[in-house]
Parts: sequence; C-alpha cells; structure tokens
Amino acid sequence: MPTLNDILILLPEFYLVGAACVLLLADAFMRPAQRPWLHWISIAVLLVAIYLVIAGQPPQAVTAFGGMFVRDDVAEILKVFALGTTAMVFVYARPYLIDRKLVSGEFYTLMIFAVLGIMLLVSAGNLVTVYLGLELLSLSSYALVALNRDAKLPPEAAIKYFVLGALASGMLLYGMSMVYGASGMGGTPTLDLAQLHNVMSYTTAPTLLLFGLVFMVVGVGFKLGAAPFHMWIPDVYQGAPTPVTTFIASGSKLAAFGMAYRLLDAGMGDLSQHWQLMLAVLAVVSLAIGNLVAIVQTNLKRMLAYSTISHMGYLLLGLSAAGPEGYAAAMFYAICYALMGVAAFGVMLALTRAGFECEEIADLKGLNQKSPWMAFLMLLAMFSLAGVPPLFGFWAKVLVLEAAIHANMLWLAIVGIVFAIIGLYYYLYVVKVMYFDEPVAGSELRVQPDKPLRMVLSLNALSLLVLGLYWGPLLGWCRRAFGL
Amino acid sequence: MNPQLLQLICFYAFGFVTAAAALSVITLKNSVHAVLALVLTFFSAACLWLLLEAEFLALALIVVYVGAVMVLFLFVVMMLDIDQEKLREGFVKFLPVGLIVAAVMLVEMLGLIGVRAMQAKVMGADPALAAGMSNNTEWLGHALYTKFLLPFEIAALILTVGIVAAVALTLRERRDARYESASQQVKVNPRDRVRIVKMAAVRPDEPTAPQEPQP
Repeated sequence: MPTLNDILILLPEFYLVGAACVLLLADAFMRPAQRPWLHWISIAVLLVAIYLVIAGQPPQAVTAFGGMFVRDDVAEILKVFALGTTAMVFVYARPYLIDRKLVSGEFYTLMIFAVLGIMLLVSAGNLVTVYLGLELLSLSSYALVALNRDAKLPPEAAIKYFVLGALASGMLLYGMSMVYGASGMGGTPTLDLAQLHNVMSYTTAPTLLLFGLVFMVVGVGFKLGAAPFHMWIPDVYQGAPTPVTTFIASGSKLAAFGMAYRLLDAGMGDLSQHWQLMLAVLAVVSLAIGNLVAIVQTNLKRMLAYSTISHMGYLLLGLSAAGPEGYAAAMFYAICYALMGVAAFGVMLALTRAGFECEEIADLKGLNQKSPWMAFLMLLAMFSLAGVPPLFGFWAKVLVLEAAIHANMLWLAIVGIVFAIIGLYYYLYVVKVMYFDEPVAGSELRVQPDKPLRMVLSLNALSLLVLGLYWGPLLGWCRRAFGL
Repeated sequence: MNPQLLQLICFYAFGFVTAAAALSVITLKNSVHAVLALVLTFFSAACLWLLLEAEFLALALIVVYVGAVMVLFLFVVMMLDIDQEKLREGFVKFLPVGLIVAAVMLVEMLGLIGVRAMQAKVMGADPALAAGMSNNTEWLGHALYTKFLLPFEIAALILTVGIVAAVALTLRERRDARYESASQQVKVNPRDRVRIVKMAAVRPDEPTAPQEPQP
C-alpha cells in the first residue's frame, strides 16, 4: 500500500498534476481580458516545481510505490533542466502565440502534462512506468504539434508524428513483452527494472531476451531521433509551431536520454556488450545522415532538425561507452543540447512576428546590420552547436569523445571528430549569412519588442559562453549523479 | 488427449487466427470488411486471454472493444465515402516484397524463440492462486489498487490529456461559420421581422409596360 512517504517522494509530480488541473479550470472560468495571466501563472508553476524538486532532494536514491518510481540524482538533474527549459519555452512563446491567436489554456496545460511525462519517464523504475510516462509525453506532444490547425503544415506533421510514434510505441511494447517473458523463464516474471538487471544470469531463454532488447533499442532510437529512425524529425520540426519545436528539441531530448539510461543501464545493464555495438552503429549512421543532409537544407528549422539527428549521434556515442563516465558525458551532452536548442529556436522566435515566419536561412540575411545583439546571440548558439571552443558545446563533444576512447572505441571517436568538422560548414554558413550578406531590399527583419523574451534569450545564449568557461560545477554534478 | 497438448493446439490456433485477421484488416479492400476483421482480431485475442485464465480481461475486451468501440467504428466507416482504390495502389505494388520480408523474419524468430520456448512449460502459475485469491478478477482489482496504483493514476492522466487534446483540436470558433442562438430565436417578435404594407397593384410612378410592336 502507498504510504505518506511515497507521496512525499512524488510531491513535485503530484503538485504539477494539481497545478495543471487548476490551470485548466482557471482557463474555463477566466474572462478573455484575464487570459494573459495564464502565461505568468504557468511560468510560476514551473518555477515552483523546480524548487520542489531541489528542496525535496533525498540524500540518496529512494524508491516509491514499490519500486515503480525512482528518485535519484540523475532524475533530479534531468527534471530541473526539463522544467527550466520548458519555462524558457513559455517565455519565448508568448509573442508568437499572441500574434497567431493561439493563446489558450490548452497550450499551457498540455505543455505541463508533457513535462510531467518527462518527469515520470526519467524517474521510472518499472517497464510499465517507462511506457506510461512516454505515452503521456508523446500524446501531449502530438496534440501540441497540431495546435495551429488552420495552417497547412501542422496537421500533416502531427499525423506523421502520431503514426510513427505509435509504431515506435508498438516496437517498445513488443520488446518489453519479450523481456518480461524471458524473465519468467527460469524465475518469476517481473517488470521491475532493478530485478530485470540480472535476468541474463538465470533465464532459460537468452535469445528471447536479446530479441526484446533489440526492439527496445529501436524504441529508444525513435524517441532520440537517431538514424535510421529519424524520418519524423525534419517534418515535425518544420511543421510544428516554433515554440513546440523548441520544446521537442529540448525537454524531449532530456527525456529520451533518461529513458535510454533507465532501460539500458538500470534494466539491461548485464547485456551491455550486446547493446553497446547497436548504439555505436546508430551513432555512426546518425552522425553521417544528420551532418551530410543538413548541408543542403535551406530551411533553418529543417537544418536544425538534421543537426539534432547528428547531436543525438554524439549522445549515443557517450551512451555506448556503457559506463558511469559515458553516462555522465551523455547526460552533460543532453543538457548542453537542450540549452543550445532553446537558444537557437529562441532567436528564430524573437525574429518571427505576425505575418512573417523566420524559417529560411535566407531570412537572416544582414541580421547584423539590423540587430547586432540578436546576430551575436545566434552566433553563440551556432558556434556552440558546431562545437567551437570555448563554448559549452565544445566541452560536451570533448567529453563524449573522451568517454568513447576510454571505452576502447577509438574508431567511433574518430568518426565523431570527422563529422564534427563536416558539420562546421552549415553552422558557419548561417553565421556568414548573418554577418557578411547584405540585407534583402525591403526585408522586414525586426526583433520582437517583448522585453522578457529579449532578456531571457540573452541570458540563455550567454550561458552557453559562461558554461563553456566554467563547466566544472555542472560536470561535477553530472558525474556525482553516476557515482564518480 | 493430453490437456497440455490441447491447450497448446488451441494457443496456436487462436494465435494464427489473430495474426491472420490482423493481416486482413490492412489488406482487405472494403473498409467495412476490414472493421469486421478487426472484430475477429479482438475476439481471438480475448480467446488467448481466456486460455491464460484471465477471464476478466477477456470479457472486458469483448464488451468494450467489440461491443462498443468497434460498432461505433463501423458506423463511422459506413458514413465515410473514401476512394479506397487510390489509397491501395502503392500498397499492393509493394505487398509481395513486404510479405517475403515479413515471412522470413517470422520464420527466423520462430526458429530462434520457438525451439527454446518448447522446453519451458506452457503456462506460468496463475498469479491469483499464488496470491491466495480465489479468482482472477479479485486479484486484478487488488493489484491495480496496490502494486500498480501509480501506473493506474498515470493512465488516468493520459486519458485527461486525450480529452484536453480532443477539445483543443476540434472546438474552434470559426469566423466563417454561422451559428444559431436558440434563446434569441425564441425571443423574436413576429412584428420585428415581418412588416405588412398595403400597396397598390401597380406603382403609380412606374411607366406602363412597353407596347408590343404592331405588325
């Protein structure tokens, strides 16, 4: 039976459920003139949730509801950053939503439910919780992508996302059922990740277990958006309203890392020599497809989508090292990517306004002459994504490459470096367009006058520089979470 | 006949029907037939659950899915008017290749898993009996509210998201649509709408119709 202690461990999650329901009701009873308050209330809700996560941090890992839910440092760090980046998305989204008349309680409620899905997913201690957390996140995301129903692209993107997402969920469930079956052969069947950890040692059906593992890796690969399961990414990134794209590029990636870690290390850690190679192959294919296809893109959103695929390749590089060092590097990378993604899409949101969607790379022509500060912020985001020292992205790349080398996968690290250099081209091309191209005659490039957006965006992009110089504390935090 | 052998035969028979019906759901050209095949799929899956002594789940599947959801589906499909032929053109072209790939994968998986699975016993112990309860339904209810309480609540949240999403995606005030306000319609006074005017049969100021030209 659940006790009070169980509920206290899940306090941030319970609080978010309550807050989401209150927001939904408030939206129904508010007068239209009061609607803008929803925005600030939602941001406050997320900030309070961050406080609850940090304040209630247990001294060591604890479980609740009979092992269904794990609260450890890994989950805490991922939750703090998922909540933080979502709060940033809210700040950046406001002018965009107002201009497109999309301000509604549903946007905020669905976003909060999606974050709740992330929090449950990264804390999952059981296959059932993994699956349900993932579905909560995915279903909210599908609806968010389709929210701008009157435009042409969003419904198409949402359908693609939904169909492929359902397929991936099916794969994942199929794998889980096989693993469950294998755990029942020679022992009591279990769904608990901690108990699944040593199924390999007693099961009479190791082949079945490996089959299940393959299907679960496919599910994880889809959620990360790693090639060859990346087909949904470019269309969804391009079709979704930009604030939703920002969320999918930041919070969802943290969730995907959390899910991969829970399933592969906590659950299938004994099989690491098997999944190590699978992840390495996924990493190489993602690096190649992501970086090479990004070069020919003219749409900035699509280019960033392919860049995501390549970044997931680096994340997989860290994961495939299959050790605490690799996990710490991969988590550091996921956090770094979330901050960079929010910054890059944030600049796009700052330049988008009613009747003008800043989507094409050509739209940025001569940005430096119009707004040097915005151009500088985009420069920071692009250089960080490319991995130019001394920015944040550089250290993240160095750490995953180091982890791969320490795990005796020198070839993988070399592939990573080669593709990092190829990837430089398309990030630098954006910088070149901003700084060295003349603005198009009659171009209406203007920056949103929204003060909170400008302020938070500046802080966000500058944090890439600051964290590039003082990356020690964050890395120390990540390493301690994995017991290093 | 050995009861375990009978059980095994039933399992394979139900499994085969489930898979065959599921395949026909996506291959049948007539969408009403496809829905009926889906009903068969659910029914065979329910039979599989009965075989596992999960009576409650089996009956719930039939009552909820076959009884309610699929009938609703059938109505929707009958009301839709889609040109199925065009949708299927690409599918039929690639079907043989897909079938070969699927068949090879199936044979491989059966070969790898099936052989080993034969050694183990067909059915696991009934969790209800292991927990000291008389039947499956009781055990299910107990497990749902104790061991699986958290997943149960998350499932409730997922349903909430489903409702919120459905409302957000379909309920829109459209500018170009016309609405009727029943209360305003009732309040209307006939004198506001219809004005009875007395007038002459021909307006005096209007010129008379032009004369027919004389032959």
